[in-house]
Amino acid sequence: MCLGIPGQLVEIIDVEQHRGMADIDGVRREINIGLVLNEPGGLKVGDWVLIHVGFAMSVLDEEEAERTLSFIKLMGEVWDDEKAQFSQEAPL
Amino acid sequence: MKFVDEYRDPAAARAAVAQIEALAGPLTERSGQHLKFMEVCGGHTHTIYKHGIENLLPESVELVHGPGCPVCVIPMGRVEDAIAVAETPGVIFTSFGDMMRVPGADGNLLEAKARGADVRMVYSPLDALRIAEANPDRQVVFFAVGFETTAPSTAVTLLKAKERGVTNFLVFCNHVTIVPPVKAILESPDLRLDGFLGPGHVSTVIGNRPYRFVPAVYGKPLVTAGFEPLDILQAIVMLVRQLNDGRCEVENQYTRAVHDEGNPRALAILAEVFELRPHFEWRGLGFISQSALKLNDAFADYDAELRFNVPGVRVADPKACQCGEVLKGVIKPWECKVFGTACTPETPIGTCMVSSEGACAAYYNYGRFTRAATIPVRAAEPEPVA
Repeated sequence: MCLGIPGQLVEIIDVEQHRGMADIDGVRREINIGLVLNEPGGLKVGDWVLIHVGFAMSVLDEEEAERTLSFIKLMGEVWDDEKAQFSQEAPL
Repeated sequence: MKFVDEYRDPAAARAAVAQIEALAGPLTERSGQHLKFMEVCGGHTHTIYKHGIENLLPESVELVHGPGCPVCVIPMGRVEDAIAVAETPGVIFTSFGDMMRVPGADGNLLEAKARGADVRMVYSPLDALRIAEANPDRQVVFFAVGFETTAPSTAVTLLKAKERGVTNFLVFCNHVTIVPPVKAILESPDLRLDGFLGPGHVSTVIGNRPYRFVPAVYGKPLVTAGFEPLDILQAIVMLVRQLNDGRCEVENQYTRAVHDEGNPRALAILAEVFELRPHFEWRGLGFISQSALKLNDAFADYDAELRFNVPGVRVADPKACQCGEVLKGVIKPWECKVFGTACTPETPIGTCMVSSEGACAAYYNYGRFTRAATIPVRAAEPEPVA
């Protein structure tokens, strides 16, 4: 759970409510973007962010994001778990 | 994958190892002792074993694993408290998956679920809030664990709950902070350390400034490091270079993600929601003052510890389990009597075997069962770094 996984911001759903849509390796999920809104240059669709428990924690450049993602994929089970958790919707 | 190769390049790794050897050699010859560096973060421990970094390093440098796995440091008494809350009638208890298998004195959360408690795994605290909004007649409790990396997420969720007037969402707060255990380890008489690899993701939130006491008060260098194998090797180069130059500073190897001032927005939100506990028990490290967070008075209505009767009993770790010594870096996982026999990832006795970031799980999963498998094997063909 402590891992951060890079994802690409594919939509800003509601900037006031800090709602964004992220794509991690083809899986999409809503994330909170409130902690990275004050990044220099602002946050925009297409940016890469480090995602931890549903929150964007920092903005990454594409190079860093690609590097980190391919590295986490090498971790096998860890990556599978994180991706499975990212894609699951908690039953209400 | 055009950017990946330079961070896995075996030639670059070998060059870094050669540099470490050249710089560390004279130091260890002078002192007669090899250098010991602690990696504070569980993510680093994982990388080190996944990629066999320990085997690449010269004998003059040893890596020691630290307390930076948030699941591993939760004491059994807190797991018991969590189970007591989860078994309260009318409660929906939500937790990250890792925490569900951590044993208390009498079973874990999964077993409580099997006995009939409504325990649900969530990916994010925001999922727990959604469950609360969908079930207004139930009390929904979120089992909050984690260092400063995770605490801002809980804080934001609490702010949202307040903003939306959700009154049936509660937090059982077990957030901890990274600096006090590092200080406790530095104060500990049973461990000699020459420097630290600083945590990566925690530092994206708190920045590098909080570590300045490590060189200033204790005279040890600290280098914040990224999670790639080469990041770790480069950070070790930076540590041995400091020692060689007679310098002792906080340096940042992970400049790609960590800024000196951290994430000011996340820090402001933490300050708005939490306050420091006077003390908190850590597995293996005992009670450490001002080392954990609780909800402040403005959020008292959301504090599960105030709403429910939590036993709050201190539970001693199982006698056979040596997670405490592992978390302090005093012993390696394979030196624990139950490692790999009674204690495995399938049937963990201690927390370090539960979480994939725990040192014992990392050792176990990557086949470091014995001393023979952990001592340097560099005489053989150099291991590929990727």
